[in-house]
Amino acid sequence: MFKRTLLLGAVSVAAMVSFAHAETLTIATVNNGDMVRMQKLTDDFTKKNPDIKLEWVTLEENVLRQRVTTDIATKGGQYDVMTIGTYEVPIWAKQGWLLPLDGLGADYDKADLLPSISDAVSVDGKLYASPFYGESAMVMYRKDLAEKAGVTIPEKPTWDQIAEAAKKMTDKSTETYGICLRGKAGWGENMALLTATANSFGARWFDEKWAPQFDQPEWKKALTFYVDLMKEAGPAGASSNGFNENLALFQTGKCGIWIDATVAASFVTNPKESKVADKVGYALFPTGGVENHGNWLWAWNLGIPAGTQKAEAAQKFVSWATDKAYTELVASKEGWANVPPGTRTSLYANPEYQKAAPFAKITLDAMTAANTSKPTIKPVPYTGGQFVAIPEFQGLGTAVGQQFSAALAGSVTVDQALQSAQALTTREMTKGGYIK
Amino acid sequence: MARSVTTQRKLIFTIIGWSIGFLIFFPILWTFLTSFKTEGTAVATPPQFLFFDWTLENYHEVQSRSDYGKHVMNSIVISVGSTLLGLALAIPAAWAMAFSPTKRTKDILMWMLSTKMMPSVGVLVPLYLIFRDWGLLDSRLGLVAVLTMINLPIIVWMLYTYFKEIPGEILEAARMDGASLMKEIIYVLTPMAVPGIASTMLLNIILAWNEAFWTLNLTAANAAPLTAFIASYSSPEGLFWAKLSAASTMAIAPILIMGWFSQKQLVRGLTFGAVK
Repeated sequence: MFKRTLLLGAVSVAAMVSFAHAETLTIATVNNGDMVRMQKLTDDFTKKNPDIKLEWVTLEENVLRQRVTTDIATKGGQYDVMTIGTYEVPIWAKQGWLLPLDGLGADYDKADLLPSISDAVSVDGKLYASPFYGESAMVMYRKDLAEKAGVTIPEKPTWDQIAEAAKKMTDKSTETYGICLRGKAGWGENMALLTATANSFGARWFDEKWAPQFDQPEWKKALTFYVDLMKEAGPAGASSNGFNENLALFQTGKCGIWIDATVAASFVTNPKESKVADKVGYALFPTGGVENHGNWLWAWNLGIPAGTQKAEAAQKFVSWATDKAYTELVASKEGWANVPPGTRTSLYANPEYQKAAPFAKITLDAMTAANTSKPTIKPVPYTGGQFVAIPEFQGLGTAVGQQFSAALAGSVTVDQALQSAQALTTREMTKGGYIK
Repeated sequence: MARSVTTQRKLIFTIIGWSIGFLIFFPILWTFLTSFKTEGTAVATPPQFLFFDWTLENYHEVQSRSDYGKHVMNSIVISVGSTLLGLALAIPAAWAMAFSPTKRTKDILMWMLSTKMMPSVGVLVPLYLIFRDWGLLDSRLGLVAVLTMINLPIIVWMLYTYFKEIPGEILEAARMDGASLMKEIIYVLTPMAVPGIASTMLLNIILAWNEAFWTLNLTAANAAPLTAFIASYSSPEGLFWAKLSAASTMAIAPILIMGWFSQKQLVRGLTFGAVK
């Protein structure tokens, strides 16, 4: 009797083990339209891979960053696939926290990735994360307001041309502001715009020996220009405006010019959400005396943490979510306008996409123009466009961002903000061992 | 004359009281209203108060994207579990401090409270490593343990204050009648301290329900409570206020309803012993 029970038990355990063989991948993502769409299309993946189940953890960007950083640094193994930005990829790859993606399959077509994006997620020629969608920054402006004000914005504008147009478009009596720019403090908020702007004015964060450069005339010129322009032609309370606040202002017709991430174009041209959908013109990120369009480049990528036990299944998923077939899947279900942009050359050659997305050409031009390995004219020891790819930058960027936001709000002068930025950056870089 | 002054005063106080109440309640009301707006109307200037096209679209979207039931269940298990475990540990502790104090009791109480002064992030990595090694990451059990530890000082302090109000002679009488220590705590002390225990319990459930640092950092897919549910609707690029408001309304609804029904108990407990 006992033996029979034992046998039955063994058989049922064996059965359970074979049922439980289906692997579950836990995927951490940010909450944005493209990622949510991917989540909805999960069925396509599970149909092709019946032995893999997917669990999604969607979090707000900053929460996600803190969450996945803790997990990856401690090798917690909570996630099998992580959504990470171009800022993290090179830093984490050098730490040995990410697995190199060498098993993405024959259909993946690595050569089709946009070179600038591919470079940003590779270390020593090896791909450490697969780009899901990418963006640069550009000028979006109201064609009707520009016409009314009698100004034209060329395809490659200078900051002076932008300033002149913004001032002429401003009509504070109707709450129409010539220009909307980010002012909210944060390394990914105002400092993204201001670092790119500084690049376009020829400024740099550090010299070749990691000495902070906020005491140099280029920074003063860039920051003075920004503060003066925003005071004259920007909306009230601009020091608390980030991407979303400016998006709301632009969509409701209150901004003449908005300079921000290229992904914004798909929002402002969506007639369901935007009052100005058919009136938007585009131009490259402005230059400020040197031939540099800011070098803003960002991508959300799927990476596999070194601590995962399910690397093979994870690579299968990453490949499914970022190859060309996925683009076609989204297009067939949701239309070409909703395809994740900015990662593959073939997408921009696709006539159907060009028709559905009038901003396709300028987005491609902006992304091609960005060079993250040489962000500014003068030589620098770092890479990155609108950020500096060192681990200290998150804290540093936000601290400097607070000073610059205060300068915009008028509570400190531009000189004071730059002095504080110089002092705190010098302190942090000394602490970090970059300078003695 | 004197009568009319009193009425006038009453009226003024009533108006002030209601205004303050409305002011405190306004953010919740605004969240509730925003949850019925479209993303465009949610950020419209000037803000639209009541006269907009009401829509249930956000609730549909939230329902279709997230497993609300699972998050609610996790929240309930974690908040109720950690509170009950906390009470089981804190009642004996508070008893000891209230009825047989030593000269170090006050110091111990202060020390317990001082643990609340340390920023949580300071112990994130050590705790994360312990959780990883013990297999507690993303488990309800782990969160119950952490939230119990975090709220324990508050539970002990509150119970200690309530117990101090109970005359020690009653317990002494029970002892004279031959009650053992456990019986004394369970049959004599606890029934007398019910209002205090109830309000401590309610307050702790609310604190645990709202706790957002540990519940976000120690969970992934399985044990994530409603805080993670809310956090998944904020977006860096793209408007999200209406959807976030819908998610927030759904997340606070259960605890708000519980608070509403138990407010008498809560107020009674919180003011217990305040008027002598």
